[in-house]
Amino acid sequence: MTKAMTGAKMVVQALKDQGVEVVFGYPGGAVLPIYDEIFQQSDIRHVLVRHEQGAVHAAEGYARSTGKPGVVLVTSGPGATNAVTGITDALMDSIPMVVLTGQVPTFMIGSDGFQEADTVGITRPCTKHNWLVKDTGSLSATIHEAFHVATAGRPGPVLVDIPKDVQFASAKYQPQAEAKTARYQPKVQGDTEMITRLVEAIETAERPVFYTGGGVINSGPVASQLLRELVDATGIPITSTLMGLGAYPASGRNWLGMLGMHGLYEANLAMHGCDLMINVGARFDDRITGRIDAFSPRSAKAHIDIDPSSINKVVHTDMPIIGDVGNVLGEMLELWKARGRKVNREGLQRWWAEIEDWKKTECLSFKPSEKVIRPQHAMARLEALTKGRDRYICTEVGQHQMWAAQYLGFEDPNRWMTSGGLGTMGYGFPASIGVQVAHPDALVINVAGEASWLMNMQEMGTAIQYRLPVKQFILNNERLGMVRQWQELLHGERYSHSWSEALPDFVKLAEAFGAKGIKVDDPADLDDAIAEMIAHDGPVILDCLVEKHENCFPMIPSGEPHNKMLLGEASTQDAIKEGGAVLV
Amino acid sequence: MPALNIKKGSTKHSAYNLRPSFSEHLETHTLAVLVDNEAGVLARVIGLFSGRGYNIESLTVAEIDHEGHTSRITIVTTGTPQVIEQIKAQLGRMVPVHEVHDLTVEGRSVERELALLRVEGTGDKRVEALRLADIFRAQAVDSTLDSFVFQITGTPEKVDAFADLMRPLGLVEIARTGVAALSRGS
Ligand SMILES: Cc1ncc(C[n+]2csc(CCOP(=O)(O)OP(=O)(O)O)c2C)c(N)n1
Ligand SMILES: [Mg+2]
Repeated sequence: MTKAMTGAKMVVQALKDQGVEVVFGYPGGAVLPIYDEIFQQSDIRHVLVRHEQGAVHAAEGYARSTGKPGVVLVTSGPGATNAVTGITDALMDSIPMVVLTGQVPTFMIGSDGFQEADTVGITRPCTKHNWLVKDTGSLSATIHEAFHVATAGRPGPVLVDIPKDVQFASAKYQPQAEAKTARYQPKVQGDTEMITRLVEAIETAERPVFYTGGGVINSGPVASQLLRELVDATGIPITSTLMGLGAYPASGRNWLGMLGMHGLYEANLAMHGCDLMINVGARFDDRITGRIDAFSPRSAKAHIDIDPSSINKVVHTDMPIIGDVGNVLGEMLELWKARGRKVNREGLQRWWAEIEDWKKTECLSFKPSEKVIRPQHAMARLEALTKGRDRYICTEVGQHQMWAAQYLGFEDPNRWMTSGGLGTMGYGFPASIGVQVAHPDALVINVAGEASWLMNMQEMGTAIQYRLPVKQFILNNERLGMVRQWQELLHGERYSHSWSEALPDFVKLAEAFGAKGIKVDDPADLDDAIAEMIAHDGPVILDCLVEKHENCFPMIPSGEPHNKMLLGEASTQDAIKEGGAVLV
Repeated sequence: MPALNIKKGSTKHSAYNLRPSFSEHLETHTLAVLVDNEAGVLARVIGLFSGRGYNIESLTVAEIDHEGHTSRITIVTTGTPQVIEQIKAQLGRMVPVHEVHDLTVEGRSVERELALLRVEGTGDKRVEALRLADIFRAQAVDSTLDSFVFQITGTPEKVDAFADLMRPLGLVEIARTGVAALSRGS
């Protein structure tokens, strides 16, 4: 295996050795040698996107729905800079990804050559790590190290920049086993003393709550399994961030629903009122905490996270446990069982009674209209008509994203792909393409807003070319709905540039690409339209015209604590204080 | 003496901060960061500080092991205790970072800085400059009929004090290396 080969061949060989099945990419001058090698083999499939941002989001969709790292191949200069938004998105949501970029030849670096950009400089802050490979001899080892860094510890995107002369030159190929991985070995085993303290706290807590996040999904299916076992055995209520949906099933008996800015009333009040908060793989994001100094004021807080820098970053933690969520949950469960499966039964009973009271608020209830489709109704019908199927859901960013999170139920991990940390409009459509590539027979639906969807609509070409039957369910309010909602609540209903006066005819648009387009605006036709979308064997745009001025509730206004939630239109008057308006 | 040696991902020390709540009070810490001397490593460390809004009061860097290609970066930084812990955790999780030592909490350490100062003047002022240099154990490493270049080593405070005294005596230019620091033997 240590025979000499060209750098370009090495790239393909290294990808094969890493078990890569598919690469999302777009060619250009600086990666032509690698594309030539891709042409001459058939083990690795290449999916040609229509814009490099699409390649990265598709790789994210692939990674999140499989747990495997996504791989992207793009050219130098504009190819690399187009990928930056996606790379940042993957960093914020901890998605494992390896991005390979072409670069001008080493002897031209620094000369402002054609399509030269300082790619490692530009992507340094938005990758976990990146490399500029200056000689072919170290190329294969670097790619192997890149896969290791992308997937070990807290996952994230990495980038390998490969000058064109390095692709042409020959050197010895270093197999995976010889690559250096020793210098990056994050700690995965939790501290037993601290885990014991947490188990003791679980045994006595009167009002405990699990607050789980994307870390559970990233840790792998075993973590979700252990979480379910622990939650069900202890009877402790559980809520999750947007990123963690599906780790515990929505049909599970202890499920409180999503928490946070647009989370459920009962979930947020449980967070506010608990005496023990068990954070498993979440990061106290500002969408979750609201006002920090009023965040869950009376609770002891445990925080399980694989990244030491997540601990005490924003919220003080009483029981910090650094390690892989799966390992820590396993140890917790064993210890808790060995110590006699104790919980504070009376306390829990009273706690659940309180929670049941909050649930009676039915914060997600709405009245369907007969005249116009309400977006909540559209989501509820989508849920009813697709429940139980082999289903994957992606979203764009905006109100529709929150409605999807609120009204769709996720029974398993890796079934929900949404841009959480960066909030990238244009994420969902390419992500759905990546998911469908990984799961060709599954029902893959992207719940989209019309504005977000247009941001990466060129990927319709990709869906058609590769016969990917992705379903684009557009909740079309003809508005930048989430922006409009904030303008209504914060800026005196002055709707500055929050709508488009020139939306396309989405049915014709679909047809122009060779896809199917369906339009629905009558609530009476909604079910048929959804059924038609599902039944069609190919990509579909369902243009679902919805109520234009619907607001997304519940909502914790910026700068307010969890117990100051707005539940509906009636509660919005002067809800947002001046201080809150400066927050995003 | 137990070194606060943040191995990548370690639980102990690094991000553990069991203070009852975040304090607003600012502390100055000297950190020694051992890194692989590879392209871009300094940019990574500096980028972390600028990107996350941390302070750098002084920064020095040089390769300390030419065969192993490791460099030592010494950073003097100021922040609340929570920010200092964050800085250490953020540094500790970087791929080319091998060790992060907080010399301020690890025990006693030696901190030294070297400075070169050019002082121009004649007559009494010139004599006084030379006399003070002697008291501070600064050496005249260059002299003309109307100028000296003094070299001084010591703590940053000592260098500050010397520079303050030289200012009215004709200090025209100063170059400082920044702090190099090492923990003392036990
Ligand atoms: C790339 C990008 N630009 C701007 C924003 C700010 N933003 C957040 S939601 C939103 C409106 C989204 O509109 P649409 O996709 O139609 O979704 P809706 O809220 O109407 O459901 C905007 C502009 C963003 N999140 N991402
Ligand atoms: Mg919209």
